[in-house]
Amino acid sequence: MVNLTINDQSVSVSKTSSLLDAIRSQGISIPSLCYLKDLNEIGACRVCVVEVQGTDYLVPSCNTPIKEGMVVYTHSEKAMQARKTNMELILSQHDFQCGKCVRMGNCNLPKVMGEVKAKKDSFPPNIPPMDWNLQFPLIRDESKCIKCMRCIQVCNKIQSLGVWDLIGSGQHTTIGTSRHCDIEETNCSLCGQCITHCPTSALRERDDNQDLLKALEDPEQISAVQISPAVLTSWGEAFRLSPEEATQERLSAVLHSIGFDYVFPTAFGVDLTINQESRKFLDFFSKKKENDLPMFSSCCPAWLRFVQSEYPELQTQLSDTKSPQQILGEALKTQFASEQNLDPKKLHFTAITSCLAAKDECKSTTADTLADVDIALTAREFIRFLKSKRLDFKNIPQKPYDSPFATHSGAGVLFGYAGGYTEALLRNIYFSLTKENPPLDLFYSLREDQGWKEAEFIIKDKKIKVAVVDGLANARKLIEALLAKKVSYDFVEVMACPGGCVGGGGQPFIDGEELAGKRKPLLYALDEENSLHFAHENPTSVPIN
Amino acid sequence: MSRFTLSSFPPNQDVFDSFYQDLSRRFVATPPNICQVDMLASSLQMMYAQTCGKCVPCRVGLGSLQDMLQSVLSGKAKPDTLASMEALTKTIKDSADCAIGTEAADFVLRGLKECAEDFLSHIKQKVCTSSRIHQTTVPCVAYCPAHIDIPGYISLIHEKRYDDAVKLIRKDNPFATACGYICEHPCEEKCRRKMMDMSLNIRVLKRFATDHAQNVSTPPCAEPTGKKIAVVGGGPGGLTAAYFLQLMGHQVTVFEKRKYLGGMLRYGIPNYRFPRVQLQKDLDAILSTGITIHTETEIDGLSDFIRLRQDYDAVFLSIGSQLDKKLKLEGEDSQGVISAIDFLAEMGDNHFSDLQGKKVVVIGGGNVTMDAARSAIRLGASVQIAYRRRKEDMTALPEEIEGAIAEGCEILELCAPARIETNEQKQVKALWLQPQIIGPYDAQNRPKPRNADLPEIHLDCDIIIMAVGQSTDSKRFGEAGLPLKWDNFQANETGIENFPGVFAGGDCVSGPATVIRAIAAGKSAAAHIDEYLGYRHLIGTDVEIPSTPFAPVGACGKVIPAQRPCEERKQDFELVELNLSLEEAMQESSRCLRCDHFGLGGLKGGRNNQW
Repeated sequence: MVNLTINDQSVSVSKTSSLLDAIRSQGISIPSLCYLKDLNEIGACRVCVVEVQGTDYLVPSCNTPIKEGMVVYTHSEKAMQARKTNMELILSQHDFQCGKCVRMGNCNLPKVMGEVKAKKDSFPPNIPPMDWNLQFPLIRDESKCIKCMRCIQVCNKIQSLGVWDLIGSGQHTTIGTSRHCDIEETNCSLCGQCITHCPTSALRERDDNQDLLKALEDPEQISAVQISPAVLTSWGEAFRLSPEEATQERLSAVLHSIGFDYVFPTAFGVDLTINQESRKFLDFFSKKKENDLPMFSSCCPAWLRFVQSEYPELQTQLSDTKSPQQILGEALKTQFASEQNLDPKKLHFTAITSCLAAKDECKSTTADTLADVDIALTAREFIRFLKSKRLDFKNIPQKPYDSPFATHSGAGVLFGYAGGYTEALLRNIYFSLTKENPPLDLFYSLREDQGWKEAEFIIKDKKIKVAVVDGLANARKLIEALLAKKVSYDFVEVMACPGGCVGGGGQPFIDGEELAGKRKPLLYALDEENSLHFAHENPTSVPIN
Repeated sequence: MSRFTLSSFPPNQDVFDSFYQDLSRRFVATPPNICQVDMLASSLQMMYAQTCGKCVPCRVGLGSLQDMLQSVLSGKAKPDTLASMEALTKTIKDSADCAIGTEAADFVLRGLKECAEDFLSHIKQKVCTSSRIHQTTVPCVAYCPAHIDIPGYISLIHEKRYDDAVKLIRKDNPFATACGYICEHPCEEKCRRKMMDMSLNIRVLKRFATDHAQNVSTPPCAEPTGKKIAVVGGGPGGLTAAYFLQLMGHQVTVFEKRKYLGGMLRYGIPNYRFPRVQLQKDLDAILSTGITIHTETEIDGLSDFIRLRQDYDAVFLSIGSQLDKKLKLEGEDSQGVISAIDFLAEMGDNHFSDLQGKKVVVIGGGNVTMDAARSAIRLGASVQIAYRRRKEDMTALPEEIEGAIAEGCEILELCAPARIETNEQKQVKALWLQPQIIGPYDAQNRPKPRNADLPEIHLDCDIIIMAVGQSTDSKRFGEAGLPLKWDNFQANETGIENFPGVFAGGDCVSGPATVIRAIAAGKSAAAHIDEYLGYRHLIGTDVEIPSTPFAPVGACGKVIPAQRPCEERKQDFELVELNLSLEEAMQESSRCLRCDHFGLGGLKGGRNNQW
């Protein structure tokens, strides 16, 4: 423990605490903007500065190491003046238009402004123009950027891709794509983690709500929508609904009320995926030799982009099963359309996902074929769309999903967290090998919060070694170990987003908090309360191939 | 008011004059990889503020030039902006009324030519190609050719962790002791402390660490790879490469033609600057890794070289640049004329001639000249130094020049050697010098001397020591087919064209340079040879660097080590520079601004723990 004096109070804090956390642990409010614990502790914004005895300069509390006996004044006049002025300087380079901004209501800038009493336009504005390809799913808006450098750190440290870097020099220093190329030419996986860690709307998703509105209002189009499991855990937060109030039936009712004709759970698509995948795996496994490379999951679109750009030679190891929402889209536009006598060209399918890269999946493969999914909306866009409709959520009577894709197993929702895919898959594999259902808790070790987890299961005297990685830096580490023959597995699940889809790049987020851990248990609960736990027992799950 | 008054300046002019001193120091400390266009624009702005305002080209033209430069920086320039800038600048230079305008224009013109590529990149792609500030975040580390972790070891010295400091230095440079004594410290050039007062005395602090460290052992070698590497030349370049390659698990054999190891560290630099007993500390550490040494073994000719390539998996040539250059003077081949290299090398082999009562003239103006002159004094001679330019043009370190003068060497400036007079036994009798007059600057931006309209000077002397340059003894390697350029090996870090597995570095590639550049070349060779052999061994250290909560505040004088009294020190070859006291070392190390933490150092992690 280290003893400090903060605002004349003696305080004892852990040796590894930052000065900022030490101060905040005493209930003292210090604003910060660029700080992101363990990821970005660089003292760039200078808003968290405090006064410390022993030096005339203010120190940034986020990265000043604490020393025994430090005497700190957090709200001296010098410190408060510096916070106010630095905030005003930041604002002078920021296109301050909260009313039009996607971050309204979820932005630290106005909060900090209020706390430090900064006034807009204290300094002559010098706002750089925005210049970006607005068709790309990821959008960077130079006019909002406050150069906190979090995006650089996230893309380097969590995803090991290094898409963003400092460009320019001197006063023209800003963030840009490393290697100075257009974003489409970088190796961006579209994981969206840079968006969920950006303090402003400088990084945001392409907003496709206008397209959705057009489709919903088109009398010729039949609008269907699918909701992914991860979104089920997060949509209620925005409307202050408790998990008990934010049920699937309520969401289904809401979606119907805004104009969708059919509402389906992506979990049904998951069941289809699992059924297909387990057959493919068992076929692969039967031919696999001890130290061959494993089969990799292929349901995470950001991971697929990563493989293409970083390890193209591993593409043959991908399972090549489509992602659940694409499989469901295919089922809709082929099976469902023909059974219902509908023209598939008039079927419009929206997917509401926790994923940014899903937007990239929505492309027709050729000019003649139809896209499986027409619009992929992130949960955030969807919430904005709902907010514009001003519905009275609590009083809309609940409504079930529509047939024929209404029924889904508990395994179908497990996809939402890293390890869940493998857990769901193993349930099917166990049944295929033993003709019996496994005890559910057999695979619970895959639910741990670890970036790289591995497990071995002996099923009917077959030893199956699996691994799960979330975050692409962890994926890279695992792949390098595989290629160096230091580890070997039969199956590897890769989720590009830390925690899996519950922490996805399309999810609602709160600055400074990682919410994947909090949302995971909601999926366990959905699995538990479902009478069906196994994808192979889904009565309507018709194998597509 | 009276017809004559004293104060024609504002009362605070003195203060402002000291601001300009501060500013000029700050300018010199500009981090090396800042956008050059930006610096050019800022320099122009400063020069423009000096205009008196009378003539049009300076008062108006420099302003328009400034606007054009700003448009380049803000990405709004058009493709013809560069041509317009050049044209305008030429006209300002041609037609401004005085040096304020013409020199400003000349400066910009030279800048435009030098950074033409960067200008075009700014204009066409809106990308700056000259700024790499984000890759070279710590100025001293960036400027050190071997990228030693300077803030790291300075903070360790401050905590009296001398052993750890030496460990940290050796991660990038096994010659920790040598550099503490004689490095020419390019790191101090860009020390950010210059923006406050003066650079840190980095070299002297390093010496404090090595003087107080207690027998620091070297790290263990990696698993043996079975690869064998030959290093030709046991100087700083060769031994650095050998050290790192041995740590990487390869087996290195060093071939040294002289009796002792060390190269210029022993055979070039005199004991009073760098005691042999200190050199031995570095050599002991380096050899403790298991390198095989063959002294008095020369690689001589084609057959030797072929055998080396057959017997070893890779060869590193680091033979230095140890042949003397000749001036082709009349009488240069007489008895009593000796090259500075040979003169100093004799003492490297412990042969100390008795020059009691002899008159010695040293021709030259670099560090080698001072080494030779001050050594001659110690051998009993009376010494004069003849240099064709002025003292201020000398390339020797100022403290060496001062030391030479204090010890009794007389410096004859602006004297070029004309011819050497000999007696009947063909021994040197006198040196005739032609006085010079300093003149216009040459293409290398140095003022060029020429023969003055004055009679020759006659200097009686017994010995003439020539220190006018060195060249590489590469002839027999050239005969073996290795490509040469002006007697130096034509090589880059990846090797020599058409000679796979053969690498070269140090003075024998660059021409005579400094010890730290040779060490850096050896480090680079180790990395490249390791990769050439198919490996990627990483060299690192686990020394924990102390953190600091604050940057120092307030200007503070730089500590300079004292020297032994002149009369005493010129009688022997013992070390001249005294140690810092603990008080001085603690104060000096506290001046470090810790650019590994503050500034961009903090963003990119500040340090490379491994390479």
